[in-house]
Amino acid sequence: MELAQSFVAQPLYKRLKLADWLYAVLLVVAAVQAWRLYNPYMDGYEQAILAGSAVGLVALGWFWKSWRWFFPLSATVALLGISLYHGELARGQSAFWLKFLLSSQSAIMWMCTLFFLATLVYWAGLLTRSAMLSRMGSGLTWAAAVMGAAGLFVRWYESYLIGSDVGHIPVSNLYEVFILFTLITALMYLYYEARFATRQAGAFVLLVISAAVGFILWYSFDRQAHEIQPLIPALQSWWMKIHVPANFVGYGAFAMSAMLGVAELLVLKGVLKDRLPSAEVLDEMMYKAISIGFLFFTIATILGAMWAADAWGGYWSWDPKETWALIVWLNYAAWLHIRLVKGWRGKPLAWWAVIGLLVTTFAFLGVNMYLTGLHSYGGL
Amino acid sequence: MTKNSRHTAVYKLYELFSSMRFAIGLLTILAIASIIGTVLKQNEPYPNYAFEFGQYWFAVFEQLGLYDVYHSGWFLTILAFLVLSTTLCIVRNGPGFIKDMKAYREKASDNSLAAMKHSVVFDATAADPDTLRAYLRGQGWRWREHQRADGSLVLAAKKGAASKLGYFFAHIALVVICIGGLMDGNLPLKLAEMVGSVVPETRDIPQSQIPPQSRLSTSNLSFRGNVTVAEGKSADVVFLNSGNGYLVQDLPFTVTLKKFYVDYYSNGMPKLFASDIAVTDKATGKVTEAQVKVNHPLIVDGVAIYQASFGDGGSPLTFKAWNLDQPQMQPVAINGVSMAAQPLRANGKDYNLEFGDLRVFNIENMGNKNTDASGKSLSERMQDAREVKHEKQLKNIGPSVTFKLRDKQGQAMEFHHYMAPIQQDGVSYLVAGVRSKVSEPFQYLRLPLDDQLSLDSFMRLRTAFMNPALYDEIAKRTTAKAMQGSAISPAMQQQFANSVKWILGRFAQGGFVALEQFLDEKVPQDKRQAVAQTYVKILQGAVVDVMDVADAKAGLKPVAMDGKRYRFLLDSLVGISALHDYNAPVFLQLQGFNQVQASGLQLTRSPGKNLVYLGSLMLVIGIVLMFYIREVRLWICCMPGSVRLAMSSNRHNRDLDADFRRHGEAIQQLVRGK
Repeated sequence: MELAQSFVAQPLYKRLKLADWLYAVLLVVAAVQAWRLYNPYMDGYEQAILAGSAVGLVALGWFWKSWRWFFPLSATVALLGISLYHGELARGQSAFWLKFLLSSQSAIMWMCTLFFLATLVYWAGLLTRSAMLSRMGSGLTWAAAVMGAAGLFVRWYESYLIGSDVGHIPVSNLYEVFILFTLITALMYLYYEARFATRQAGAFVLLVISAAVGFILWYSFDRQAHEIQPLIPALQSWWMKIHVPANFVGYGAFAMSAMLGVAELLVLKGVLKDRLPSAEVLDEMMYKAISIGFLFFTIATILGAMWAADAWGGYWSWDPKETWALIVWLNYAAWLHIRLVKGWRGKPLAWWAVIGLLVTTFAFLGVNMYLTGLHSYGGL
Repeated sequence: MTKNSRHTAVYKLYELFSSMRFAIGLLTILAIASIIGTVLKQNEPYPNYAFEFGQYWFAVFEQLGLYDVYHSGWFLTILAFLVLSTTLCIVRNGPGFIKDMKAYREKASDNSLAAMKHSVVFDATAADPDTLRAYLRGQGWRWREHQRADGSLVLAAKKGAASKLGYFFAHIALVVICIGGLMDGNLPLKLAEMVGSVVPETRDIPQSQIPPQSRLSTSNLSFRGNVTVAEGKSADVVFLNSGNGYLVQDLPFTVTLKKFYVDYYSNGMPKLFASDIAVTDKATGKVTEAQVKVNHPLIVDGVAIYQASFGDGGSPLTFKAWNLDQPQMQPVAINGVSMAAQPLRANGKDYNLEFGDLRVFNIENMGNKNTDASGKSLSERMQDAREVKHEKQLKNIGPSVTFKLRDKQGQAMEFHHYMAPIQQDGVSYLVAGVRSKVSEPFQYLRLPLDDQLSLDSFMRLRTAFMNPALYDEIAKRTTAKAMQGSAISPAMQQQFANSVKWILGRFAQGGFVALEQFLDEKVPQDKRQAVAQTYVKILQGAVVDVMDVADAKAGLKPVAMDGKRYRFLLDSLVGISALHDYNAPVFLQLQGFNQVQASGLQLTRSPGKNLVYLGSLMLVIGIVLMFYIREVRLWICCMPGSVRLAMSSNRHNRDLDADFRRHGEAIQQLVRGK
C-alpha cells in the first residue's frame, strides 16, 4: 500500500518550487504597485485586465519555467530605461545608456540585430552540426526577445512622455504589431524548442522572423513609421489591450507552423535530412503550433467581434479584415479536421501549412495594403 | 437502420451532407465566396458600379448579387448548408461519441489488448488488485472492473473523456452562432423585398413623404441604420441601405442631438467625437439623456445608439460679396447656410449657390522635415530612427468653407475659401481655392491684406486697374516719375505714357497671361525676353501710381512708399492676375459663421447578439477541451503469474509514449512486490 501511495499524482501546489512562489510573489507585488500608481487613470475593465495579466503571467511562469526569468529580466531592463528618462523624452537622445541601448528605438534596433545574428548562427549550427552554435542561436534569440519586450515596455512609457493624452499600449499600428509579432513568434518557438529538445528547426523559424525584422527596418528608416502617434477615437478602448495580442499569438503560431512545414518538406525530400529533426517531430511541432494558434485566433476574432459591437455598431460587418480573419479561421479549421478526422500526415499538410502562411500574411498585411475598410489603422 | 434503407436516396444524401468531405468542401467554398466581397467594394451606390464595369457587366454582377455578397441568396444558401452539414455531423456522430464517453471497454479481449501499439506483459508475483486500485485512484483514473471467464481480472481505466465533450461544444457552437447571425441578418427583409411587400425607395425625397411600402415598423426585430441629426434637431427614423435604394425604419423613440463635440490632438488627429443626446420614448415620454462617443454606445429599449460620423449640420454663414465684374460697386453682405443651396443673382445673371461644409479647424503641417527620407545622410537617418517623436510645424489655419457656383447651363465652379488671414513670410493673405472639376485639386490664390487685415486696399487697387478713366492720370504720374529718374528722354514722353496706358489696359483685361499672349503673337522670339522685362518694369512702376490714384479717389491721405507697401503692391499684381482664372462674377469673402454641427448616429437592434456570444464561448470551451484534454485509456489485466498493461489515446503519440513508459515502470514495481 505504501508503494502505491508513493505514485499518487502530486497536486499542482506541491509540485511548485520555491522559485515558482518567489516569481508569483514578485508578479503580485509588481501588479499591486502598478495598481497603486495608476489606478486613478484606469477604468474597471483596465483594472480587471491588470489583475488578469498578473494571474495569467504567474500561470505562464509556472507552466513554462523559462518565463520566470525572461519576464522579470525584460521588465528590469525596461525599468532601468524608464528610470533614466527622469520624465523627459529628450533625454533619450542625450543620456548615454538611453541613446545606445535602452530607449525604445535603440532596444528595438538591438532586437533586430540580435534576430539577424541568431538566424545566421542557427544556420551555421545546422549546417556544421554544431550543438554549441545552435545553443548560441537560442541564446541570441532569447536576448533579442528580452530587448524586444523591454523596447515595447519603454515605448509604452515614452508615449506618455509625449503627452498624457497620447500615451497608449504599443500595439496600435503596423510598426508596433510587427515588433509584437517577431517577439511572440520567437518566444513560442523557444518554448517548443525546449519542449521537443531540438534546436535545428530554429534556422527555419528565424527566417520568417528575419523577414519581419527586415520589414521593421524598412518601415522605420524609409517611412518613419516608428513615430508614436496618438490613438484615433475608434482605438481608444481597453479591448485593444486583449484583442491585438491574442491575434498575434495566432499569427505567430501560424507563421511558425509554416516554417516547420518547410523544414518537414525538405526532410521528406531528403534535403538536410541528417541534420534536421525527423519528419514526425516536425509534424507534431507543426500540429501543436497550429492548434495553439487556432485557439488564440478564435479567441482574438471573438474579442474583435465584441469590440466591433461596441465601436462600429455590430459584431460582424463583413469588413475586409473581418472577412479575411474568417478565411484564415476556415483554412486552419479545415487543416485540423483533415489531420484529426482523416488522419492525414506529412507532405500534404506541410504544404497546406506553408500555403496557410500566404493566406495569413494577406489577412495581416495584404488587407491593409490593398483593401479599404474599417480596419485602416496600419496602412503602408 | 435496415440493410434496405441504407441504399435509399435519402440516406445517401444524409450520408453526403454529414460527411467530412462535404463539410471541408463547404468551408472552402465559403472562404472563396468571402474573398469576392473583400475584393469588390460592397454596398456602393449603384451608379459607381455601372461606371466601373460598364452596363453589361454591371447587370450581370447585379444579378449575381456581387454588390452585397454577404446578403445574397447564394451566400446565405452556403451558410445554411454549413449549418445543415454541422447539425447532421452532430446527429450522426453524437450517439457514438456519447456511448464512447460512457464506455470503459472493460470487456476488451486479450487479443485486442495485445494488438495495441502500447501493450506489454510483465511477470507478476504479487499482483494484488487492491494495490493496483490504489495506484489508479492515486493517479486520478476512473475505472471499471471485469472478471473474465478464465478468472483474470481486467481493470479498464480512462481519463479525459471531456475531450469528446469538446466536439459537442465546438460543433453545436457553430450552429448557435449561425442561428444568432441569421436572426440579426436581413433575411426576412430580403424575403419581403422578393415578394414585394417591401420596396426600397430610390428617390431623394423628404422623409415624411416616403410611402409605407418603404417603411419598416418598430416591430422589426433587427436592423442597422444611420441617421444624421443636426444640433438642436431630432430624428425618429433611421435609414437602411437596400440595394440601390433605401428603407426607412421607424424608431420607438425620438433622438435629439443637444450638442456635438469634436476634439483634436495637437498634431491635428481627431481625439474625441461625442454627442450629447436625449432619447424620448414615444409611448411613455420617458427621457434618457446620455453622451455617446466612439466605443461607448447608449442602449435604450434594446436599440444601441452609436457615434458613427459627424459633419456640418447647416451653419449660418455671412459673406462680403465683392463684385468682380463691376468692381466699382460696393461690396454687399450675403447670408447663407452651409450644406444648403440658394439662388444668387449677379450682374443680371442667375446662379445657384451651393454651399458645402464649413470646417472650423484646418490643421496643416507647415513644413515637415521628416516626410522625405531621401537625400538624408546615414547619421541623420539613424537619428530619425532613434526618435519616437519628430518635431512638426503644425498650425491651425482657421475656418474654411466650400461652395459651388452653378450657372444656368449647369456648369459649376467649386471654391474653397479660408476666413482668417494666413501669414506667409510675415505678410498676411486671404487664401481662396478654385477648381472646375471635382477630380482636380484646388488652385489657390493669395490676395494680400492691408494693415487693417482687410481686402479693401487690394480691391481698391483692382478697381482702379479696371477703370480706364483713370489711366490718363496714372500714366501722367508714371511718366513724370520716369522723367525724374531720367529713365526716358523727353521725346519719348508721349509714347511712354501710351505704353503705360496700353499695358494697364491689357493687364486689366487678362492679367500677366494677356501680356504674355500678346508677346507670343506680336513680338519676334528673340526680342520677347527684353520686351517682357520692360513690360514688367513699367507695370511694377505704374502700380504705385495706380494705388496712389485709387487712394486719392477714395479721399484717403497719400501713403509714403516703403518696402512693405511695395511688396503689398507686387502681391496685389499677382492677385489681380490670378483672379482672371477665378471665373466667378463675385468673390465671397467669409466674414462670420455660427457653427451648427451634425452627428451621424448608427442605431442597431440585434437580438441575436447574445446567442452569438454564447456560441462563441462554447466554441472556445470546445476547442480547449478538444485540443488540450487528452483522452487516455489504460487496461491492467491480472492473469495468473503475469500482468498485461495496455494504453491507448485518441492522439498525441509522443505524450502517450512517455505516459506508457512511466505507468509501465510503476506497475511493474507494484506487481513484483518490491
